[in-house]
Amino acid sequence: MIVGERKTFEQIWDSVKGFKSLLVLGCGTCVAVCQSGGEKEVGLLASELRMKSRMDGLEIKIGEATIERQCDREFFDSIKDKAKEYDAILSMACGAGVQFTSEVLEPIRVYPALNTRFIGVTEAEGNWAERCRACGNCIVGDYGGICPMTICAKGLVNGPCGGSKNGKCEAGQEKDCAWVLIYNRLKRQNRLDNLRAPAATKDYSKQTHPGRYINEVYLKPKMEDKSAQ
Amino acid sequence: MPNSKLKQAFESGKFVVTAEAGPLKGTDITELEEISNLLKSKVDALNVTDQQSSVMRLGSLAVCHLLKGWGMEPIFQLTCRDRNRIALQSDLLSASVLGVENCVALTGDLPSSGDHPQAKPVYDLDSVSLLSVISGLNAGKDMMGNELKGKTDFFAGAVVNPGADTEASYELQIMKMEKKIAAGARFFQTQAVYDPEAFSRFMKRVEQYRVPVLAGVIPLKSAGMAKFMNKSVAGICVPQTMIDRISKAEDKTRTGIEMCAELIKQLKGMCQGVHIMAIGWEKKVPEIIDAAGL
Repeated sequence: MIVGERKTFEQIWDSVKGFKSLLVLGCGTCVAVCQSGGEKEVGLLASELRMKSRMDGLEIKIGEATIERQCDREFFDSIKDKAKEYDAILSMACGAGVQFTSEVLEPIRVYPALNTRFIGVTEAEGNWAERCRACGNCIVGDYGGICPMTICAKGLVNGPCGGSKNGKCEAGQEKDCAWVLIYNRLKRQNRLDNLRAPAATKDYSKQTHPGRYINEVYLKPKMEDKSAQ
Repeated sequence: MPNSKLKQAFESGKFVVTAEAGPLKGTDITELEEISNLLKSKVDALNVTDQQSSVMRLGSLAVCHLLKGWGMEPIFQLTCRDRNRIALQSDLLSASVLGVENCVALTGDLPSSGDHPQAKPVYDLDSVSLLSVISGLNAGKDMMGNELKGKTDFFAGAVVNPGADTEASYELQIMKMEKKIAAGARFFQTQAVYDPEAFSRFMKRVEQYRVPVLAGVIPLKSAGMAKFMNKSVAGICVPQTMIDRISKAEDKTRTGIEMCAELIKQLKGMCQGVHIMAIGWEKKVPEIIDAAGL
């Protein structure tokens, strides 16, 4: 999932305090799972905003809504009319959702309530960890299912640096050295030989931004529709 | 015609001595010139560190060029932290035309450990792929296979940590050392050694590669320094007996130099040379070398 972390209340308040009406818009997918931008978090943030506006003697109409996904156009249908009643939207989605909301609901102004952190997993309750850098060229099969591009702080693909100590990373003792993890798993799988050959040089040409992925299978029917008309 | 004096020193079979100088933050090169003059007749070559500990300083390449002018054989340290493959290759070509013949390829510490922690870490290449690139430049090709008009002739080295603390770390160091040799490393410098027995075991394991190894040594200045390194620096393990000795010593400088010289004497029969990382004690390196009888 995409893991997001809510901005501080002060940061959020500074960005929206000038509006007369504000819709707090949650996203029901990734950020709901990582408990930063789903329906429950929308309720909490809206309550905080109402309290603060009352304390500051401001009259701000604060509404709440959550859609299934802010990265998919179809889910906006249910809130399009409601959104028009507000001066601004505070999106609790990831960066993609915030931008798509701005595009779909233009000209309403949209502000982010989260900082998008990474693509990750739930390691424990309230504890999410990065697992993928979206490099566009997945190599984890060669490394026992552990991504050296992501889990190694330096993204090294040919083995550890000299900074690994007690199986932990130079970047901090709370972080495991990716290479020790990779070594131990490949050893358990009896395939340490995987690590002996030099790795292919990283190809960053696959990481040009903004990325786009087009699936021809879904494009074709549209073209056929046009020719039929 | 480029001709590395360091390479000649290894080929002569002598016990090679190198040291290390870290450029300072700023443009004052007075101390570097003093160190160079003091060590010129004492060491075979001097490493110039590349933004050591991720602290922004005067560049390694410029200092290597200055060393040449002062009659010192420089070793150009090059890390993958701050430069992508275009800049790394270009800096190597620049080093070559400035007469720098030796280089050491390193990964580089993370920016978070230095004085510009907000910097973007690059690591486009790693030490292994950088060594392949150097071999390519020596053969007249850039890493995309494009022909160079005028090739380099670097004597390239690498680093290895012989004191890795777990089976996984140790085996990975050896595997990476093999990859570095295959990629073109012609000599190795090690992380600081304090345990001759462990180092001897390491050397027995790697002697089959027939690549010269310079044992790294760092003179101890205090018990606090030893404890700090044991706690924070990967691969360093200063034995308690050494910590006690420097702790009890009245003249800590004298004792630090003596201990370092004794260690070098013990390591001398095991490897092809020693790399003295004095960390602020560069001007004391001649005393260490004399005390070690080199």
